[in-house]
Amino acid sequence: MNDSTDNPLVAFRDVSFSHASAAAPIISHLTFLVAPGETLVLLGQSGCGKTTTLKLINRLLLPDAGEVIVEGKPTTEWDPIRLRRRTGYVIQEGGLFPHFSVAENVALVPALEGWEQARIRRRVDELLSLVGLEPRDFADRYPAELSGGQRQRIGVARALAADPPLLLLDEPFGALDPLTRASLQREFATLSKSLNKTAVFVTHDVREALLLGSRIGLMQAGNLLLLETPENFLKAKNEQAMAYLETLRVSAGSIQEDAP
Amino acid sequence: MSFFSFLKQNWPELSTLLRQHLSLVLISTFVAVAIGIPTGILLTRKKSLRGPVLGLANIMQTIPSLALFGFLIPLPFIGGIGARTAIVALVVYALLPIIRNTVTGIVGVDPNVREAAVAMGMTGRQILWQVELPLAMPVIITGVRVAMVIAIGVATIAAAVGAGGLGVYIFRGLRQYDNKLLLAGAVPAALMALSADFGLGLLEKHFSFAGRRKTGAGPRVKLITLGGVAIIALALLFYSGWRNSRSADPAANNDHVVVGSKDFTESVILAEIVAQMLEARGVTVERKYELGGNLPHDAMLASRLDLYPEYTGTSYTAILHHQPITDPRAVYEQVKAEYAQKFGVAVSEPLGFENTFAILIRGAEARRLKLKTISEAARYASNWRAGFGQDFMSRADGYPGFSKAYGLKFADQPREMDLSLTYIALSSGQVDLIAGNSTEGRIAALDLFQLEDDRHYFPPYEAVYLVRQDTLSGVAQLREVLAKLAHAISTEEMRQLNYEVDANKRSQAEVVREWMKRKGFDGL
Repeated sequence: MNDSTDNPLVAFRDVSFSHASAAAPIISHLTFLVAPGETLVLLGQSGCGKTTTLKLINRLLLPDAGEVIVEGKPTTEWDPIRLRRRTGYVIQEGGLFPHFSVAENVALVPALEGWEQARIRRRVDELLSLVGLEPRDFADRYPAELSGGQRQRIGVARALAADPPLLLLDEPFGALDPLTRASLQREFATLSKSLNKTAVFVTHDVREALLLGSRIGLMQAGNLLLLETPENFLKAKNEQAMAYLETLRVSAGSIQEDAP
Repeated sequence: MSFFSFLKQNWPELSTLLRQHLSLVLISTFVAVAIGIPTGILLTRKKSLRGPVLGLANIMQTIPSLALFGFLIPLPFIGGIGARTAIVALVVYALLPIIRNTVTGIVGVDPNVREAAVAMGMTGRQILWQVELPLAMPVIITGVRVAMVIAIGVATIAAAVGAGGLGVYIFRGLRQYDNKLLLAGAVPAALMALSADFGLGLLEKHFSFAGRRKTGAGPRVKLITLGGVAIIALALLFYSGWRNSRSADPAANNDHVVVGSKDFTESVILAEIVAQMLEARGVTVERKYELGGNLPHDAMLASRLDLYPEYTGTSYTAILHHQPITDPRAVYEQVKAEYAQKFGVAVSEPLGFENTFAILIRGAEARRLKLKTISEAARYASNWRAGFGQDFMSRADGYPGFSKAYGLKFADQPREMDLSLTYIALSSGQVDLIAGNSTEGRIAALDLFQLEDDRHYFPPYEAVYLVRQDTLSGVAQLREVLAKLAHAISTEEMRQLNYEVDANKRSQAEVVREWMKRKGFDGL
């Protein structure tokens, strides 16, 4: 653990960010590291600054103060285009291009990077199989013809296409029905382990955080209240963390009561 | 003659007008797209410009087309008379829907999609070409569709600035009260608008991704082919337009004279007389006929026109803004002196007839009530309805002064309508008194009676030619022709010439040729 934190993939150093319109800062004095290979889950309510934190990593936003360092270089010094092509990005509702076929959507970054057609085709087939969609059936379809779960799988495949070292995921499974969400969460857990990707994953679902995170960062009002492994998170004495865990117990309890 | 045999007989001219109309519309739409889409894109990037630019385009679209043409004529480079001016005006009208729909289309792209595009590392240009424009395309094409239909409509008015097109038939049909001509202009224009609407509707559907299903490269290849064909067709049109316009350099060159006319038969006939006599003497003549309103005057001051027929009374009141007077000699001398000094324009000797306002009633009515003069008729006026052309209603020597001079009070506020329609309105009993032209050929044909202007209210309207002094001193043949035409045409002759064209539907050129032969003007 030690030598990986010595050489983090992403580092926040005393980062603050505020919107011109709002008085209170969205992020204030945020400091943390993301080690290679880990999945860091940022957990919090809407408006706590977790999505903003994500956008600071691939330079969709620039910090007002402090530094966000990716692969040893502050984002301000990165060419934003290069940085983003090395960073997979998955958002809620997918954000797929409606006028691109599934294959074209997945091939987006490789095509931008100027890969050869044959290599792109191979990669698209490989990725569609990886996210559990049969290439022959899906490659030529358009997003409007897919279910929400299928679209989200395509979103993950698109983010992985150019094999980026870092994945950013912003509540990717938030808009799905519970069953689809559960199966996608399980598959993603397997996938991220087997691919050994570094990921920053934003969610407001504590169950998802416990299932997917190698560490969980609990955020509130632009601050990190807690940054712990799932095991330690379960034992945390922090009020907010306990409140989250309480929701877990209540729902589990009610299920037990309902059981015959 | 049936409508279809009429079409058949006039097919060569109609096909020329169709081609002119189509090229006006296509070129102006093409230019408007080339300006409008980039402007729209710019407005999505610079929000602060959006209000002012769209507001300006909006205002431009509310300018009445004839006013815009009048405003454009004296301008250098984009102005003048002919296709170029018409295209500039059409572009002005076509811009708003194209710019507005480009902005709407791009702004309407799903923010999630745009955020994904940025986050995937697309550059601004890639986002524009691969995401924003394709997704906005159906909306943009709707804008082009609206612009094109507007252009097809407005292009009919382009005939007023000598740009040709189907408006030539529409204006001529209105003037001659010829429904066949009117329809021959209006029906093809309407069909053109419908097919443009339909064709671009198909294109719009094609671009709409919602309608897209499993489609391979096929349609895209087809579309590229279609686009290619369209571009080649446009290029050909441009080329032919350019070739035509090359020969249309402005006037004042020694054996090249640009002859203009106003937009009524008599003016065209008078212009054609000079044109044919000049051509018989080896001078190249360019004809710019049927110009609306006071456009010939503006065009002459802008050196786009060398000569056109005018009436001294019109120059005296409408151009020089004097109060009307009744002495013909005084009016002529005053006009001659002021035109020479103010405009550098010479006034020919009078041609021998006057075209003054003729106060007309139905012949049957005149005989029944035994009316001869306007004074006698004045006491019946309170039971009558009057119909006047826009010109008569607005000018200083028109309706306001006229009604006061004779103490006229009509049953209703006079109906304001197109001058050529007033004759028909009178003969069919929809109005009871009109102010026509004294040389109108249909006065006898429709059995109308001209009341005598017994109080000598109307100022003299002697027909003359107005010529740019530069041209007059440069072209010797022109001086010779004008000398020959001095006092050469009587009122009866002019009525006859008008009648041949308006009632017998013969071409001006033919009628003029015949008349010259009769007068012995065809030789040198």
